[in-house]
Amino acid sequence: MKKLLLALSTLALAAMAPGPDEIMEDPALEQRAMALYDQLRCVVCQSQSIGSSDAPLAVDMRSVVRERLLAGSSDGEVLGYMQERYGDYVLMRPPLQANTLLLWGMPLIFVLAGGLLAFRYIRSQAVEDETLSDADLKKAEALMKEEGLE
Amino acid sequence: MNRVIAFIPLIAFAAMAVYFWMGLRQDPSEIPSQLIDEAVPAFDLPAIEGFDQGLSHEDIQGEVVLLNFFGSWCPPCLIEHPMLMQIARSGTVPIYAIDWKDEPGAGAAWLERHGNPFIRIGDDQSGRTAIDFGVTGAPETFLIDRNGRVRYRHVGVITEEVWEDTLRPMVEALQRS
Repeated sequence: MKKLLLALSTLALAAMAPGPDEIMEDPALEQRAMALYDQLRCVVCQSQSIGSSDAPLAVDMRSVVRERLLAGSSDGEVLGYMQERYGDYVLMRPPLQANTLLLWGMPLIFVLAGGLLAFRYIRSQAVEDETLSDADLKKAEALMKEEGLE
Repeated sequence: MNRVIAFIPLIAFAAMAVYFWMGLRQDPSEIPSQLIDEAVPAFDLPAIEGFDQGLSHEDIQGEVVLLNFFGSWCPPCLIEHPMLMQIARSGTVPIYAIDWKDEPGAGAAWLERHGNPFIRIGDDQSGRTAIDFGVTGAPETFLIDRNGRVRYRHVGVITEEVWEDTLRPMVEALQRS
């Protein structure tokens, strides 16, 4: 069983993108490359990064990333290089700009709106609890008298 | 007041339904090209096996052209091919091509079998030129004006309809200007 698991996990590793022949010699560059793979979208597979895709285009894009890193580009320059060619879409994390303001602001808007609703609800509950109508007050007094509590 | 609140979920649902329905009608694989009104990226590709001339960005300067990315491995390219042959025969606009990530010789054999509508073909073995063009899949076709600027990109097969309704009017307008 253990052997089977081991075999399966090595198989999974072997099938994982990027392939073993893609490892860079410099471990520091390799680490940066891996981080960049996860920040770039595979443009043919929509919701996968190029780091997790086996699509031929993702393989090519990874090799472009490595080539740029070897040429001395910074991480930002590599992302910019891809963005120039494929647009904002290629970035897994959408940049904060005019057309994404609503996207980034949405959580804040929801929290504020929810907070406001909760606040109003809680306040309305509190008010209802505090004030008794005259009729209720009389009823309560009568009940208390009945029980001999007054 | 309470009655209004009761309708909020329904209104929210309706708004989302309209929005998502609009989203369904879009093709998510169609990423807008970054090259529109930009100069064609520089490239200089060798000839595919069996051909003499390769293709560089300088070869397509000075006239309105179509630049088609294809591959012998690409089934939709085969569907598109008769239309490209027809456009080439009509002489409306010269078509150049980039053979994207094909096995050596495969592109030439494919053109031998199905006909060659292209003036010149570049061999993009590494796929690097395709990335410079922001290509996501084959076939993809760029309409390039006299000054070497990309004016339009069509993703997918050029059907008779695409040609007559979109590409041909644009080509003719650019040729007149």
